[in-house]
Amino acid sequence: MAKNVKPRVRVPKKAAKGDIIEIKTLISHKMESGRRKGKDGKLVPRSIINKFSATFNGKPVFSADWAPSVSANPYMSFFAKVDESGEFAFEWIDDDGSVYKSAAKITVA
Amino acid sequence: MKMNWKQISFLYAAIAFGVSAFAANADAADWGAYQVGDHRSGYTYMTDETRAMQNDNFQNPGMLWVEQGSELWSKVDGKAGKSCASCHGDSGDSMKGVATRYPVFDQNAGEIQDVESQINFCLEKRMEAKPYKWESSEMLSMTTFINYQSLGMPVNVKVDGPAAAAFEKGKAFYYERRGQLDMACKHCHEDNEGGMIRANLLSQGQINGFPTYRLKWQKVGSVHRRFRGCNSMVRAKPFAYGSEEYMNLELYVKWRGQGLPIEAPAVRN
Repeated sequence: MAKNVKPRVRVPKKAAKGDIIEIKTLISHKMESGRRKGKDGKLVPRSIINKFSATFNGKPVFSADWAPSVSANPYMSFFAKVDESGEFAFEWIDDDGSVYKSAAKITVA
Repeated sequence: MKMNWKQISFLYAAIAFGVSAFAANADAADWGAYQVGDHRSGYTYMTDETRAMQNDNFQNPGMLWVEQGSELWSKVDGKAGKSCASCHGDSGDSMKGVATRYPVFDQNAGEIQDVESQINFCLEKRMEAKPYKWESSEMLSMTTFINYQSLGMPVNVKVDGPAAAAFEKGKAFYYERRGQLDMACKHCHEDNEGGMIRANLLSQGQINGFPTYRLKWQKVGSVHRRFRGCNSMVRAKPFAYGSEEYMNLELYVKWRGQGLPIEAPAVRN
């Protein structure tokens, strides 16, 4: 597992039915591209998060495949329409197989 | 392509008009708190996207270091069994305004202290712990956390009295040519501020936003890292982190931005 990985998400606490809300996520990660050379002249092995996905009440709402050119500490925001109260669950999948998770609840009135 | 003199003069007129329109735009821009007199924060040289990144506390990746710093703040370290919070309180509120004053002249030590060296002083003398390495993740987190407490407060360093000698040395460094390219700080940041150096837009070199999240670095970096970068780009041998030369220079450069708001953690390209 890469060091110091910490996900952060921001989802509005409340929304009206049918609202389109913005969801923001940020995760600390070095996102080593695998193309840089270290001081010894050898390639630094690739270590990135290669997939991000979000679900709402278990149903997928958004997902993205990330490539080596994505910056360190990747920020991703997207929009979703909410019709009912529930929970957004977020998942980041690392090259080494570890999964970083986060979740946030929203109340729809 | 052949052009007669009419077409050519029209072209010149168009170019001249374009240039003057652009210049007028730049003059008219109102940067609010980010400009004090002639001092313009590096913020005003960034693109809208980079500025938006800094403005949004959530999107600003430098905030990750602030968070880490706030965790370190209350972590007990060293033989004395103390954390920063033991003396300075839990929240870091006591650090409000510190970034505006530092670097300061320390009477006891008889030398200039900046936030980094002050942290190490506390670690060694008060907590009896191992000092942080200058550009380590702990040091960057702690300085970012401390400077963040002064967000928006105007820079106000003291350069008279006991600090005057260091200030003069820092000023001399700023105007002194160095390296194989034989350039001083002033050649880029005073004479050609606002111009391009190859693909980069030259700013005034203000340091009110440090520690800064630099997109090129993909992380937060200290003022001394920036100085070292500049020095090696003019093909000079950089001084060590925390060296007296850079301490003096930091004081002088901070003074050049007197009145600008503390922006830590700023986002720059």
